[in-house]
Formats: sequence, structure tokens, C-alpha cells
Amino acid sequence: MAELLRFATAGSVDDGKSTLIGRLLYDSKAIFEDQLASVERTSQQMGAEYTNLALLTDGLRAEREQGITIDVAYRYFATPKRKFIIADTPGHIQYTRNMVTGASTADLALVLVDARNGIVEQSRRHAFLASLLRIPHLVVCVNKMDLVDWSEERFEEIKAEFREFATKLDVADLSFIPLSALLGDNVVERSTNMGWYEGSSLLHHLEEVHIASDRNLIDARFPVQYVLRPFSNEWHDYRGYAGTLAGGVVKPGDEVIVLPSGFTSTVRSIDTANGPVEEAFTPMSVAITLDDDIDVSRGDMICRPHNQPHVGQDIDAMVCWMSEQTTLAPRARLALKHTTRSARCLVKDMQYRLDVNTLHREHGIDALRLNEIGRVSLRTTVPLFYDEYRRNRTTGSFVLIDEAANTTVGAGMILGPTQ
Amino acid sequence: MTTYQLSHLRALEAESVHIIREVAAEFERPVMLFSGGKDSVVMLRLAEKAFWPCPLPFPVMHVDTGHNFAEVIEFRDRRVAESGTRLVVASVQEAIDRGLVREETGPRASRNRLQTVALLTAIEQHGFDAAFGGARRDEEKARAKERVFSFRDDFGQWDPKNQRPELWSLYNGRHHQGEHIRVFPLSNWTELDIWQYVEEEGIDLPEIYFAHERDVFERDGMLLADSEFVTVMDGEEVTRRKVRYRTVGDASCTGAVESTASTVAEVIAEVAATRITERGATRADDRTSEAAMEDRKREGYF
Repeated sequence: MAELLRFATAGSVDDGKSTLIGRLLYDSKAIFEDQLASVERTSQQMGAEYTNLALLTDGLRAEREQGITIDVAYRYFATPKRKFIIADTPGHIQYTRNMVTGASTADLALVLVDARNGIVEQSRRHAFLASLLRIPHLVVCVNKMDLVDWSEERFEEIKAEFREFATKLDVADLSFIPLSALLGDNVVERSTNMGWYEGSSLLHHLEEVHIASDRNLIDARFPVQYVLRPFSNEWHDYRGYAGTLAGGVVKPGDEVIVLPSGFTSTVRSIDTANGPVEEAFTPMSVAITLDDDIDVSRGDMICRPHNQPHVGQDIDAMVCWMSEQTTLAPRARLALKHTTRSARCLVKDMQYRLDVNTLHREHGIDALRLNEIGRVSLRTTVPLFYDEYRRNRTTGSFVLIDEAANTTVGAGMILGPTQ
Repeated sequence: MTTYQLSHLRALEAESVHIIREVAAEFERPVMLFSGGKDSVVMLRLAEKAFWPCPLPFPVMHVDTGHNFAEVIEFRDRRVAESGTRLVVASVQEAIDRGLVREETGPRASRNRLQTVALLTAIEQHGFDAAFGGARRDEEKARAKERVFSFRDDFGQWDPKNQRPELWSLYNGRHHQGEHIRVFPLSNWTELDIWQYVEEEGIDLPEIYFAHERDVFERDGMLLADSEFVTVMDGEEVTRRKVRYRTVGDASCTGAVESTASTVAEVIAEVAATRITERGATRADDRTSEAAMEDRKREGYF
């Protein structure tokens, strides 16, 4: 059974990020001949001396013209063991919001380090964003090892420096791979130039890294998305609550409580179009029926009576601001989307801004601007049923929407109730 | 002991079902584009699953160029009848007759680009506020950048440089009157995923996806079917070959590939081994320029 692994990369052409992705795709046969021919043609037209594999992902006209990655691009490849989705994002600080976007769904992040330059500001920022977004696995690819004579000493030096920095972060699983994306060493095949390295190649690591325990299978959380009422003779009294498990496991016979009403009932069945199932776990999309006829609608949360999420209107969160046109300031009113629940919110307080390069907390700020990240206190119009983001990335996240322009302007990661 | 792991197909399925339900919950008048092509057939199946045991809470719409493969139209009607939903046909011929668009002329004339007008007219006429499309990000590099919920302005235009950030599984479908959202539930599926799912679920597809004998001629390295919709030019020779289609679109610009794959399993083996993308092998419309798809999408294409 092939599993799905989503990973995020951040970086610019200089880091060799595009070369690395190009090589992963090419060596796993996910780049096709017509795509390669088209990239070769465009590279020549642009006067490039070598085939610019970045053109494979930089698909927009503006990106090609300017030779930069602007937006998140999604790329796909598969091996017999896993199917991979790459969220390929630009690395420059002015694209922090794109990195945050790509990181939001990732199981794993690749941080590229140029072996000649060692850890630079950009590597720290990428690692920090990966930890802020709670990507469980971080792989530091020490690239261009060919340019430092395949030096074990250099690799160990970078490793030590990164480990020291990482103590300030919350990273569950940190690994290091010395490689040369250009020459292919340790990308798909183990390198013959670095006999001292006993770990696996990058692709092997991506295939083997254990992701099954990353999901929260403890706290059952079922945000009701849609109510299924067939109104047909065959399904006369059927009432199914459709949704995607945001956490945990649910089985028929489980005692459950519905928020906000507080009514309790028992799970009668868990239905799918392919027939009922004996249990459902995150992230399955199913329909739940209950033994009792109680009032349940979209935006409600089904969970276990002895394991409930926070219920509240006053919330502290780390927010990444994503709007070019506006800033996030105290007293701002915004629409908020959290699980299947929509609300409005008011910014009560701005506690500090976080410098994404140094992790320094800057207090006494008046607003968050584009690409800035800070801790804010919000009050919502209706209670939200939430967990801390560190406990559950689905029930702990929300987006902020400008009510006039309808654009998505902020991404929030819940820290907990406002103290 | 259960390991609580989903296969990649089941994970993709769960994501698509979530997206489809989200649209039904948040929009007033959604519609699902349905051409009878493999992607839209899979999308329709996912929609049926999302609402089972209820019928589909929205109609399906075919943007009909009038240049169809007969087998596909027959399949379309049968499949829509099975699903119990209503079919809306947005006709390119009608748009031409009403003078909304002018038909291209010459032997390479195609109605591909005219579909945009028929689509946008139908969306406006019926007041649709969301339209599901079966596009996948692996198909084409402009599509690789498009959101699952893709905002369209009053003119149906896509602005690739001004897209809404899309995080986690939180989709922003807010829009003003007259604007709409294109929704792509199959964004993260690849051609191979589609075929593996077709096999696993036993999904029926139009016969032209499997190897059959057909009169074809070569143009720009593609095999086009000899039909009433194309003009064979001097030097082009019609021969009978064993072919199948990898994509199904307008008959005047969709090419066939030589193939002996007559079952889903054989097609999967062929797709897994191929070194050419499906659009590269079979779509003349993408060959106009490097950014042909982006340009068409900006105007409101699928």
C-alpha cells in the first residue's frame, strides 16, 4: 500500500533547490520528455548555458520573465513505496507567506544549506517557519558537497551549528544529509564520494521516514460539514452527519457529545458510499449517524464526553499576515474560518512581533504588516471548538478574511485561551 | 492491530470528498462540469460518494463544442441518467449562431478557445456561483500554480499573480454577486492516480480510452482522427491504426496515441511507463506557446 507524503521545500535557484527537485523528479521518472524538451527550448531562448530545471516549476509567465519563483508550485512523483506531493516555495523573506502556505499541509520540510556558506539567515528562517507550522520532520540537505571536497569535517561543523540553533525550535525529528544535487550524490543513490556517511540517500529517507505517528489519533474530533437528509422512501429517516475526521478514531457504539448543544448520544453507524465501516480515523471523510434524534448542524463538533476541545471566544494565536494592501491592527474586524465554522473576530491586543530571522520578540507594536508574524489576542463572535495548534494542526488553525475584499489576509495558529 | 494508515488513493479521495462537500455547504448554486472525460467521470463518482445516500445537490454541465466523439456523448447521457442529476449543455454552436463568438477558419480551425465564451455565458445565465472542474495540477505548469478554490472576477478572469493564499484544508469561497469560484477537487491527483482509482473502484469509461481501430492521420506529431470536423491537408495520409485516447476533448484538436492497451490494467502499465505527458501527447491547444494554458485560463477557460 503506497502512502502519501507531502513535503515542502523553500529556497532560491542559488541554493540548488530547483536542481535538487529537478533531479528527484528526473531520476524518479516524473519528468517527461516533452516537458524536458520544452524547458531546454526555453532555456536556450533565454540564453542560459545549461538547462534551467527551475523552468519546470516556475510555470507562470511572470516567473519565467523574471527568472524567479513567486508562488507555491505543487509537483508530484511516486515510487513503489510512496506518492509524494512537493509544495515548492520561494525562499526569499518577501515570500514568507508563500512558505507558510506550502508548509501548512506538509509532513516534512527540506531545508537547503550551501556547504560553502554554512548556516545563513535564510536557513534559520526556513527552519523556524517549519517548526512554527509544526512540520514534524525536518531534513537539512547540506548541498554542494562537491565544492568542499566531500569534507566530513565541514558537514559535521554545519550539523553542530544547526543543532545548536535548533534547540530554540520545536522540531520532533531532525536529520542531516550531505549531498550534491548537481552530481546526484545522495539524492537517489548513495554517494560513492562520501564513504564516511552512513545514512541514507534523500529519496530513501523520504520513502522510509515514519509518518504514521504524526497524526493525532488520541483526540476524536469531528467537525460537522454537511447534513445528509435524503428525503426518499428508501432512506426515510436517515440523517447522516458528513465530515472529515480532524483527529482521533470514532467507532459505532462510542458515546459522543455534540458541541455547542452539549447533547450526548451514541454513534450508530459510520457510513461511506462503499458501505459502513467499523471505525473511522483522521483524515477519513465519512458520514456519522447517531442513536438519538438531536439537533446537529454544520459547524458543530462531535467528540467524546471525556475528551473535549477548548470552547471559547477569547483566543491567543500566532498570526502570519498575508495582505499587501492592509495591516493587522488592534480593533480590526475580520471574518474568520476555523474547521467548518465561520465567525467574525475583533483584534483585542497585539502582544509582540517575532523576527523570523533571529526569533527576537518585539513588544509594543502597533500592527502586523505583509509577511510579518506575531502573537495576537482575538475575540470571536461565536465560540470556537479548538485545540492548541501544537496538539492538532486542523482544529488549531484558522484563516482571516477581509470582509470587504473577500481576500484571505491572515493565517492563524492557536496557542490557547487568552490569559 | 490496525495501523490507521490510508493508501494514497484513499487519502486523495478523502480530500476530494471534503472539498466537494464544502462547496455544497457554502455556495448557493454550484454546478459540476462533466464532459465524459476520465477526470470528470472520476470527479462525478467522488461527488456521488460525498452525498450518498442523497442525490447530487447540484446539476452537471457539459460545454459542448459540437465536435464530439459519438461514443463519449452516448456515455455522457447514460452516466448522467444513472446519477439522477440534471444535465445543462452550454453549446458553442449556439454561441456562434448568436454571434457571441466567431468561428476560426482554415484547416487548423478549432473550437477549443470558443468554449470559454459558452462556459461563461452559461455560468451567468444560470447564476452559478461555483463550478467544479476536473483539472489536475500535474497536467500543466500553469495549473500547478492554481488554487483548489480559484476566484474568478465579473469577467470570469483568473489573475495568477493575485491568488488567495490557501492553507490547511480551509477554503475561502467568499465572492461578490456576479463573481464565481472554480473548484478543482482533483488538484492533487495525477494521471496514474486517476487510472488506479478507476481500477480500484471499477469505474466505467468511454470506449475510446481503450485500444481500437481508427482512421487517423499525423499532424504536428499527433494522430488526429479523420472526421467531419477536420480537413485533411495535402501530404497528410489517412491510415487505419490501433489507437486509444489519453484525453478526451474537442475532436478537432485531441490526438490519439498508438496503443494496444484494451483493459484498465493494460492502460495503467502503459501510463506508468510512458515518457510523454498526456497533454504533450494529445493536445494541439497547448502547443501554441509556452504559456498557452495560462493565457486561456486568464480569459476564463477551465
